[in-house]
Amino acid sequence: MTAVLDLTPAPGAVSVPRMIAAQTGYEVRTLLRNGEQLLLTLIIPVVLLLLFGGTSLLDLGPGPRVGFLTPGILALAVLSTAFTGQAIGTGFERRYGVLRRLGATPLPRAGLIAAKTLTVVLVEALQAVVIGAVAFALGWHPHGDPFSVLVLLLLGTAAFSGFGLLMAGTLRAEATLAAANLVYILLLATGGVVFPLDRFPSGVRSALELLPVSALADGLRDVLRDGHTLPGGPLLVLAVWAVAGLALAARFFRWE
Amino acid sequence: MRYAGNTRAVAAENRFPRRADLRANRAAPRPRLVRMAPPDDGALVLDELVKRYGAVTAVDRLSLRAERGAVTALLGPNGAGKTTTIEICEGFRRADAGRVAVLGLDPVADARALKARVGVMPQSGGVPGTARAGEFLRLVASFHTAPLDPGALLERLGLTKHAKTPFRRMSGGQQQRLSLAVAVVGRPELVFLDEPTTGLDPQARLATWELVEELRSAGVSVVLTTHHMEEAERLADRVVIIDGGRVVAAGAPAELTGAERQLRFRARAGLATDELLAALPPGSAAKESPAGHYLVEGDLGPELLATVTAWCAAHDVRADDLRIERRTLEDVFLELTGRELRG
Repeated sequence: MTAVLDLTPAPGAVSVPRMIAAQTGYEVRTLLRNGEQLLLTLIIPVVLLLLFGGTSLLDLGPGPRVGFLTPGILALAVLSTAFTGQAIGTGFERRYGVLRRLGATPLPRAGLIAAKTLTVVLVEALQAVVIGAVAFALGWHPHGDPFSVLVLLLLGTAAFSGFGLLMAGTLRAEATLAAANLVYILLLATGGVVFPLDRFPSGVRSALELLPVSALADGLRDVLRDGHTLPGGPLLVLAVWAVAGLALAARFFRWE
Repeated sequence: MRYAGNTRAVAAENRFPRRADLRANRAAPRPRLVRMAPPDDGALVLDELVKRYGAVTAVDRLSLRAERGAVTALLGPNGAGKTTTIEICEGFRRADAGRVAVLGLDPVADARALKARVGVMPQSGGVPGTARAGEFLRLVASFHTAPLDPGALLERLGLTKHAKTPFRRMSGGQQQRLSLAVAVVGRPELVFLDEPTTGLDPQARLATWELVEELRSAGVSVVLTTHHMEEAERLADRVVIIDGGRVVAAGAPAELTGAERQLRFRARAGLATDELLAALPPGSAAKESPAGHYLVEGDLGPELLATVTAWCAAHDVRADDLRIERRTLEDVFLELTGRELRG
């Protein structure tokens, strides 16, 4: 039977924080249900950690293997969520008119970006818990200052989000899909995530150290393995990438 | 010139605002809206709107008015500028010139105030492929203070079974209905529906029509685009025919089609219509358009009917589908926008 609907106009929007909370809940749920996203955000990092941390397939230099690997894997997790996942997801939302459709609802655009950022941070927290648990099981003994770790992760998230949104908001969705995956693989291979950068010739190495993922991985190693506080070099590199990425995204992002 | 009356009506329409309309509108009982703008402010007022894409002028000094609590249909061939016009009203595009007032507000400058009060159904898409129908509808409902019950709305539109289906696995018609649900779930004062029934099967189209009729009864203003004459004729209080970015006619469906009747029949192509015309009373008209389809206009009394059938008998013309009818909106539409296919 047909339901009775009271269609009499009763317009009104809830507060922006409530809308952001609703949008964030929705984004987290859909993201965690998405198989490809889970592969990218959880399965690949955990498999790499188990594979290279639990075996001696790769020469990771002196010291405990997991002490070198875990910070790199955490950096990879941030890259996968803030950059690759966000670029591909947002690129297709733009392509299918979702951004425009949401633009016709009371949720402001800044609110949508806030919800996406919160989603990234929540998923990263989940990744950190899972990766940390696996690392502890492999005998990881982290040192250092939690505040420094938090600053590094947030700056890295800002840098990767900026470039992820820049790509999603300027390229065609298919191009974003291809490019975001390519960047992920290149940074995985050359960003000091699992392959130590000191295997590269010194000139190449200095250049690679300026990559955001290397700065994040090195910075996390400085703190978690070597016990440093607020490592200046990596923080500076990440800050430059973050400012550049967010400024470019703010300037060039097109909603449709 | 038989369109003289309508042409004058159009000219009057383009003077802005139109007094007769306002009076008629005030007289009609309408439910109170939650936030009333000044009473003679239409749901939508466009004045000399212009939108160009490079060298192409998509909207060319278009003026129209949609009354509150009424259904207004923008009717026109593909590429007439309907969607561009509606997207300007929704705040998605900026006009190059002219004035737009949506519920008395500017769709760009007053976007925040309008979003809660206006529902939008785009022509296609707009829902993430992986989103489940019910989930996305609940999300949009949660942005509003007094939304419709998403479950009841899904049931109403025959989508209950698909509440958990991802958008990309729904049929085109199901996607359209979900899109309509999203547009109305926030209990808006005004809804824009861009081709709401394109691609729907007859049952789904009927369900959509009934919902639009209920929206109007509840006092919601509806502005929809369509190229289905039947839809415009059935739903619209006012039809605005747009072609080449301009309004070519506007009025109630009955005003546009007029009271005049016509006699139509089909027969073999190439009959001598001038001979038929000669047999008819003065003031009649007869023509063949398209081939094999004949149209006779004039004082369609018994005498004229007898003359036509006698003429057919005398010339051994076997007439099919012989009927006397009012002009349809389709006749008006084709008359105004031409019969040739557009690129």
